[in-house]
Amino acid sequence: MSCDIAIRYAAGEREREAAIASEAKLVAVTGPSGAGKTTLLNCIAGLHRPLSGHIRIGGQTLFDREQRIDLPPERRRAGYVFQDLRLFPHKTVAANLAYGARPEAPWKSPTEALDFLGIAHLARRYPATLSGGEAKRVAIGRALLSAPRFLLLDEPLTSLDPARAEEILRLLERIRDELGLPTLLVSHAAAEVERLAGATFVLD
Amino acid sequence: MSWPTAQEWGIVALSLKVSLIGVLLTLPVAYGLAWLLARRRFPGRVLLDAAVHLPLVLPPVVTGWALLLVFGRTGPAGLWLERATGLVFVFRWTGAALAAAVMALPLMVRAMRLSIEAVDRRLVGAARTLGATPWRAFLTVTLPLSLPGVMAGAMLGFARSLGEFGATITFVSNIPGETQTLPLAIYTALQVPGAERSVTRLALISVLLSVAALIASEWLVRRSHGRRAHVL
Repeated sequence: MSCDIAIRYAAGEREREAAIASEAKLVAVTGPSGAGKTTLLNCIAGLHRPLSGHIRIGGQTLFDREQRIDLPPERRRAGYVFQDLRLFPHKTVAANLAYGARPEAPWKSPTEALDFLGIAHLARRYPATLSGGEAKRVAIGRALLSAPRFLLLDEPLTSLDPARAEEILRLLERIRDELGLPTLLVSHAAAEVERLAGATFVLD
Repeated sequence: MSWPTAQEWGIVALSLKVSLIGVLLTLPVAYGLAWLLARRRFPGRVLLDAAVHLPLVLPPVVTGWALLLVFGRTGPAGLWLERATGLVFVFRWTGAALAAAVMALPLMVRAMRLSIEAVDRRLVGAARTLGATPWRAFLTVTLPLSLPGVMAGAMLGFARSLGEFGATITFVSNIPGETQTLPLAIYTALQVPGAERSVTRLALISVLLSVAALIASEWLVRRSHGRRAHVL
């Protein structure tokens, strides 16, 4: 992965800076609560505009203040797994998966994705009826089916019991090894970072 | 009590036509205004908000008079519309529909605005990261999730239109068969000695129509949003 980020951005009341440059496939960003980790991911996804600097991922410039480049989120092709998941409450699991689905996704159809993620039996359910682990799988699948150019994972293991967390961790390892997408992982769990990440950056 | 007469059915039909068309025409305008007020910060927002609410706080007679000034045959909008499209409002049922629409607007905007504000904007962000343009995100996330508010707004607006009196009688007068809606007909019948039966029948019909509108919208919302959804 080539990930080259140097931005100044407003997070809450404060201004923050982030400088991340790495060739690692999976880069972890850690730091205490309130360090602006999620806002950083929002900047990369195009949901929050940095004050200055540039964001380049996988050789593509997503944002560059000097060059006046600021791609809208729908053209950045981020596979963003939000910490709060943000599944569409009015759509079934299958419809959530299909929402951003593109033909060049790692799976040909949402059905195949359902099998890979082990959630085939949930296709017709609504998000409100899912357990935490199930919902997380749907969110990961939805992001991957949009054929992203890179992944943004915001605290993917929080609010899961150890067994479910281990399952998701294995799934993330598979995604890292089988799909080879540049990935930015935000986490404050050292064990998780150690197991997944090729490089770690600390925000404080 | 005898059945409603043909004349009374005519009054009911006119009332339904005026209210339905008034509400249908207002629906997109009200939703647009509600969206603007809920989601956008722009100069003059407070003024727009106040203008939308005016018909709710003004005496309806004043609203009717303002409609007369603007949409009357010599008013700027009335003059232009008549020249451009041949549409005339004064003393016509179209004017009654316009009065109903204007009076219903604030109630519709309020209901829709609340439901748009209740739609989690983070879901719109999620849709955008999944490749949706702002327009598609609106159509697939904001609009369907705010639909109960649209239903509630339409129902309130329809009920308000059915009861509209002051602005209508000021703007388009009280012409049987053209602008005499249910409330105007009840008012007229009340002036006539011995028309108590007609008053009772017309009043009962208003009650039935309002209750039917209420039940219909409740049913629609439940059908599209599950058993726990409601408009009231």
